[in-house]
Formats: sequence, C-alpha cells, structure tokens
Amino acid sequence: MTTRVGVVVFPGSNCEHDVVEAVDAVGGSGELLWHKDKSLGDVDAVVLPGGFAHGDYLRTGAMARFSPIMDAVTRFAQDGGPVVGICNGFQILTEAQLLPGALYKNQGLKFLCQPAVLRVESTDSVLTRRMKVGDELNVPINHFEGNYVCSEEALAALRENDLIVFTYQDNPNGATADIAGIRNENGNVVGLMPHPERAAHPLLGSTDGALMLRGLIGID
Amino acid sequence: MNKSLHQSLGLTDDEAKAIEKILNRPPNHLELAMYAVMWSEHCSYKSSRIHLRRLPTEAPWVLVGPGENAGVVDVGDGIAAAIRIESHNHPSAIEPYQGAATGVGGILRDIFTMGARPIAVMDSLRFGLPSDPRSRWIAEGVVSGISGYGNAVGVPTVGGETVFDETYTGNPLVNVLCLGLMPADRLVLGRASGEGNLAVLLGASTGRDGIGGVSVLASASFGDEEKEAEKRPSVQVGDPFEEKRLIEACLALLDAGLVVGIQDLGGAGLTCATSETASRGGVGMDVDVAAVPRREPGMEPFEVLTSESQERMLAIVSPDGLDDVLAICDRWDVQASVVGRVTEGGLLRVRDGMDGPVLGELPAASLHEDAPSYDRPRRPPGEWEAAKSDSADDLPPPADVGADLLHMLSNPSWVYHQYDHMLFCNTVVGPGGDAAVLRLKHPATGADTGRALALTTDGNNRWCAVDPRAGTALTVAESVLNLACVGARPLAVVNCLNFGNPEHPEVMWQFSEAVDGMAEACDAFGIPVVGGNVSLYNESNGHNIDPTPVIGLLGVIDSLTRIPPGLAWRDGDRVIVLGEAGAGLSGSLWAAATAGHKRGQLPVLDYEQHRRVAGLVAGLVADDRLSAVHDVSSGGLGVALAEMAAVSGVGFRGARIHGHAELFSEAPSRVVAAVHPELLPEVEAAAAATGVAVARIGLATGDRLAIKGLLDLGLAAIADRWRSPMPELTSG
Repeated sequence: MTTRVGVVVFPGSNCEHDVVEAVDAVGGSGELLWHKDKSLGDVDAVVLPGGFAHGDYLRTGAMARFSPIMDAVTRFAQDGGPVVGICNGFQILTEAQLLPGALYKNQGLKFLCQPAVLRVESTDSVLTRRMKVGDELNVPINHFEGNYVCSEEALAALRENDLIVFTYQDNPNGATADIAGIRNENGNVVGLMPHPERAAHPLLGSTDGALMLRGLIGID
Repeated sequence: MNKSLHQSLGLTDDEAKAIEKILNRPPNHLELAMYAVMWSEHCSYKSSRIHLRRLPTEAPWVLVGPGENAGVVDVGDGIAAAIRIESHNHPSAIEPYQGAATGVGGILRDIFTMGARPIAVMDSLRFGLPSDPRSRWIAEGVVSGISGYGNAVGVPTVGGETVFDETYTGNPLVNVLCLGLMPADRLVLGRASGEGNLAVLLGASTGRDGIGGVSVLASASFGDEEKEAEKRPSVQVGDPFEEKRLIEACLALLDAGLVVGIQDLGGAGLTCATSETASRGGVGMDVDVAAVPRREPGMEPFEVLTSESQERMLAIVSPDGLDDVLAICDRWDVQASVVGRVTEGGLLRVRDGMDGPVLGELPAASLHEDAPSYDRPRRPPGEWEAAKSDSADDLPPPADVGADLLHMLSNPSWVYHQYDHMLFCNTVVGPGGDAAVLRLKHPATGADTGRALALTTDGNNRWCAVDPRAGTALTVAESVLNLACVGARPLAVVNCLNFGNPEHPEVMWQFSEAVDGMAEACDAFGIPVVGGNVSLYNESNGHNIDPTPVIGLLGVIDSLTRIPPGLAWRDGDRVIVLGEAGAGLSGSLWAAATAGHKRGQLPVLDYEQHRRVAGLVAGLVADDRLSAVHDVSSGGLGVALAEMAAVSGVGFRGARIHGHAELFSEAPSRVVAAVHPELLPEVEAAAAATGVAVARIGLATGDRLAIKGLLDLGLAAIADRWRSPMPELTSG
C-alpha cells in the first residue's frame, strides 16, 4: 500500500509542493494538510515543511505551534506516527516541545543557502533506518536560524541516547556538536535543518535526500 | 521663490496647462496629485517612449509584448512564461534594505498579475567601490533586503550579477528580474470590463509610505546626503509574509475563475491601478476613497490615491462572485474590500462613499494616453571623436600581469549564499554559472517536460561608456553566448535601461544609441524584446552614471538529460578557445581597473560569426562533449581561466597567449572550453565544420595558473583573492 504523507501548509510555508513532489517521486503519496484543520485524516506520516510559517514573525516556529493542526500532530507523534520537521518544520517541532533545544541565528549572522555534507550518526530514526552510521549524504541547507543549541544536560542526553541523527561534516552555522538533525527517543519524530526534497533528483546534483524519504515511506 | 503646487509635485508649467486643457477647468489638488504621479518619468516613460518604439517586439512565440505588466512567451507543452525586469535604484540609494526588498515585491506582483506563479528571481546589482564605506553599506543592505524579502516570500533567486564601479557611487543600480509560469490558456490581463463589476482591493492597508515615490524619488536626481535623508519617508516598507499570502490568494482566485481582470498596485498606487484597468478596458470607474482600509487616521484623499504602500492588488470581479472571492481571501488571511465599481464611459471618479460626493473626476485614459511625450535634445559628448582615438591599446603594459589579474578577480558567492536559489527544486544551474538553468515542469500538473529554461542578466557599463550603441549590442551578444554555454537557445529579451539625467543631451544621445544597438542585435539574433523598464535620473551630485542597459535573456533547452558542464574542468582536460582571437583592450575591465580608462573603440561584433560560435557551443554542450565551458567577457581570457581554475581547484598550464592584450581583451564571440583528450579531435572537427576557429591554449593540471612568458600564479593566491567577500576592486 502506498504510504500517504501529509505535508502541513502554514501561511508562509514554501517547501510544501517540493516535498509532495519528492515523496511522490520515491513512491509515496504526498498530500497537503491545512494548518487550520484539526485532524490529519488518514495519513501514515506527517512532514512539517520548510518556509517561513507566519512570516517567522516573533520567532521562528513560535506562532505555528499554536496553529490548530498542531494538537493533532502532537497526538499523532505521541502515538508513534512518523513526523519529520524540515528546516522551519524542525524549528516548529522544538517550539512545540516535540524535540529538545532551539535554533538560533547562524553564527555568521547571514542567511545560508548552500550544499552540505552530512554524516549519519543514528540509524534508529524514520529517515535513517535503512542507512549505516558513518554514511555521508549530500543534502543542501537553506536557513538563517539553523544554529542548534541546547543545555549541556540536554546535549548529554542526546548523546547518551543516540538521539543525534545527522551531523555536519563542515559546520556551516555554529550548531552545537555539529548537529544537523535529531530525533525523539522512539525515533518516529525527526527534525533536521537540511532539505531532503532538494536532493531527490539527479539533475539537482544529489539523490541522497531521496534515500531519507524512502526511509520515511518505508521503502528499501 | 515659492514653488507653485504643480511644481512641488514635479509637474512643469506646460504640463499643468495641458491638464487644465484636458479638464476644461483648473484641476483640484487631488486631481493634480493624480496627474503628477501618472505623468512622472517613472510611470509615463515620457522621455523614452519615442525611442523604445524602435525595438523589435514580435515573434510567433510572443503572447504578450511590451506595455502590459509583463511580457509573455509560449515555451511549449502548453506552458507560458511571464517575464519582467524592473529597477529600484533610487529607493535603494536612500534605504538599501527596504529599497531592494520592495523591488523584489513589486516585480513579483507584476508576474502574478498576469496569472503566473513566480518561479525565479534574478538580481542585477551595481554599487560604488567597496573601499567607499557608504557604497559598502548600500551593497550589504541591498543584499540583505533581497535575501530577507525574497527568501521569506518563497521565490528562489537563481542568479544575477554584482558589479562594483566608481560610476555608481551614490547611485547604485538594483534591477530585479522575475520569471513566472502559467498554463498557456490562463493569461490574465490587467483590464476592467462589465459595467457594475466591482473593484476589490486585496492585501495590506494603505498608509502614508511611499507617497510621491515615483515623482519625488524615481524621477529626480540626487544631491547632497542631507536632502536624501529627507526623502526617506518616500521609500516604502515591505512585508514578505503579506506578499506570500497575497500571491497564494490571487493564484487561488485565478484558479477558481473568479477574476475578470487584476492589477498590482506599485508606482502611483491606487491611481495607477484604477486608471490603467479602466482605460485598458475602455470603461470608467468610481472609486470610494472612504472604503480603502487605512493604516493611520487623518489621511487625505490624495494621500490614499497616491500612496505606494506595498503588497496590494486590485481585482475586478463580478458581484455574483464576491462572496467566493471574500472566502478565498479569508482563508489566506488577506484583507479584501470593495473600493470601486466599473462604470460606463471613461471617467475615473473619486468619491467619498460609493454614492457620495465626487472629490475628483477625470478621463481615466488621460492619465496614460495624454501623458506628455518628449523628444529631448540629443548630442554626442563634445569629446566623442577625440575619445575614439584614445585607445586602451596604447596604455603602458602591466609591470606584473599576474598581479593585475588577481586585482580583477571577485567572487560574488557572498551574495548568492544569502539567497534561497533552490526552492521549487528546478535549479539545475544556480548562481555562479554563465546562465541559470531551471527544469521546466508544467505549472498546473507538475509534469516534467524533460526540457529546461535558461536565464541570464548581463550589463556592461564600461563597454557602453566607450560606445553606447556597440556596447549594448555586445551586451546582447554576451547574453546569447551565456545561454549557449548551458546549451540553450534564446527566446526573449527584457531590458532595464539605467541612464543619467535625460535633460542632458549627452544622456539622451546615449539612451537613443543604446536602443539602436539593442534593436540591431536583437534583429540580428531574431530575439523579440517583450518588456522593459527605463530608469532615468541616475545622477548623483551632478555626475551621470555610465550608460547601463541591462539585458535579461530567457532561453530554452530542448532536452535536458544531464547537468550542463559549468566552469569546473578536470585534471588532464585540454583547454581550447573557440572563436577568433582578439586583442583590443578598449572598454576592458583591465583598462578601467588599472588605469580608469573608458575610451577608444570597442572590438567589432560580427553577428554571423557570433551566431556560429553560439550554435557550435550549444550543440557541444547538448552532446556532452565538453567537461567545462565559460564565455570570455569581463576580464577577458585571463579572468575566465582564473575563475575556471578557482572553481575546479585544478590549475592550468598554457602557452600561445601573446601578451597582456590577448589575455585581457574582451573581444566577443569566444568561449574557453575544456575537453577530454579523447574527445578533442571530434570537437575540433565540429568547429571546423561550422567555420569556427579553435586554438589549443593549454592543459588543466597542477596547482598553478601558469602561462608561458606571461604569468605564474599559485592556485592558493587565486583562491584567497576569490574567497574574500568583497574585494577592494578599483573597478568591476
């Protein structure tokens, strides 16, 4: 059965169509969900896409977490449903307390859109379950607030519980411990700054993002 | 002496008389303010219209030519592309961040007004030298503004240019191009029709920002800094989140077929949008000024009618569809208010309440069709003949060729790393290549056509300072060759003509010459001009900028199965030059950067030869015969080789480049190509078959850029220079 992936559209989201296209291309079925909806329908997985939800006004992700659909997303995540936050989606997941920490402005105080080389650190996540620790992936970044920060205790817990999913090989934004993506303890909730949908076609220079999405929809 | 009201609004005495004649009575303050903005240089093109008519505008694939909000061409597979370029020079000089940000916002609205979803932006940026702190502040502010607005509004910035030259001190150029796609059968035009239909104002509330932007700012020159600061309230402030919702709401309205006509509010605000839609549709309109949502209390009607508050659109809808229109706007949290109704006849009436007292009444078309048109005096500069014989070939040769080359390198990646250039997953070649390449997917179905669009912007003030006619033609030729380097053939030109004060006969001469040069080149290459924008009064403290026509060229790649070669060669590649050797230095970056020299005569452009080179290169790229390719332009062969070495991290060892003139000449119709040794005979045979000269100049290898008898530089030195974010160029 085709895995149905719901991609949540907040006003200001802009990567939703790209994610749907990339999910479809790897054999899943992407569909858009509206932030004012209270239910996720019958989707098998949820993606919070990149963009500028609510203009990123106040603070990235700070207002999106109060959108009506976020209650359903939280319940879905708590029930073990796969939830992936990409870029702005990662920022929303931290604001919604589904993942620890926060995303600060990049160390150089400039927006960065460029390729990034990631290292797979944990395979107990919906994105990496078919990968090996140490695998290298080329997946681009595109953010102003991608500098991951958390308390020392939180970092110790991330390390101890193998919750760091991806690190940068050449840290572009000053992120603590080179962190590019993390997961919750069950591995069903993953947040990452790089954009898998932008590395899902040979003409875009890398298909490593497609590998992540194949993991999400459960295809080997 | 006190200025009269019309003078302080930027109208001449003759123009004031003409208005009185149209109305058969003296205009009131509101009416005068409306004429002042619509008859400004910026809105009326009054100094340029007479010349722009000489541009070729027709081709079978042109769906909409100049005069609408954007040009539209048929790109096949049932897809139409809308394209436009516009300047935001003066606002960016005053307030770089907001000036550039609102430049992006404005051009996006021009595109979705046509019914197209904006899919790519390009920025052509020109600043004074980075050694000047104010120029540096402007450059950084402009780039931040484009980044802050463009990224948030969700349209990728896929390329452009960044040039530093003393001529732009105090008067930067910020030209923004936008490309959009739509199903070919969904073209929407900005016109009103149907008596009783409603005009609905969508988007932001109207405030006092940007009042008189087109007349006070865009149509006058700059003096001292204090006065510039006073103009700051004339700069608008952008809100990308509002614009993003506005785009989605407008496209949803168009998808639902609820819109009769739609028009953006840009320069001259509500006055322009209401009068343009009415006059294009041959109807009139009653505008209820009281119904316009306002940002602040106490605004006068003339302020509401001429405000340039951003992120607003005017949709013409039938009364039956109004509820559906309001529902779609509500979904996207977009404010929507009925502010007018279409009437019979051609009068634009401003009222206080839809059926309330008439505050102003004028023929809608008179704001456009009766706008003045001037054939301003033109003459070449007095020293024009003398300048021609002052050739850069006579400048003293460099003491150190390598040092001069390093001096000319600059890497704009500090600019484009701040732009989202990958959104929509179409960007096969992004910023940094000779042209951007975008996968072409059907805008409604998402189906991949297997084809691609290519896009480039080019301008060269040095060439045009030396000879505006030949320089403009060479600029078009460079664009054609840039497209060839990614395997594309040209479809349509848009242009942004940045010139000085049109009241100076030398500037009008430059303008007229440039138009002729563009017409000649576009005719020769068979490329229609589908739109343009004119920015005059680029003058600061009595200094006119170099003439700077910027060309935006859209092309198509008929089959895209692999990423075009780009600049990066591989170790062991043979490096060749395709095209006739050239050595003339007049107009070159070398002459300007090392000696401040912008005189002499430009290298000659042979159209037939240029077409052959472009055709050959596009064919070799399509057949995957080249490892790398780069056109020879600013900085000549030297800069082309250094850029290729820096990008690939592989050096170059060569010979047969005789002297600095051959190294730095910007003679046209040439590319540097890197070829796998096994493919070299085939490439040379293909060149011979098309009558294009080939010169073997060296080998890609090692960690140095070395040319026998000329220079020997370490790649590290090149990379260092290359990486520095804003090199202290003396010219660019």
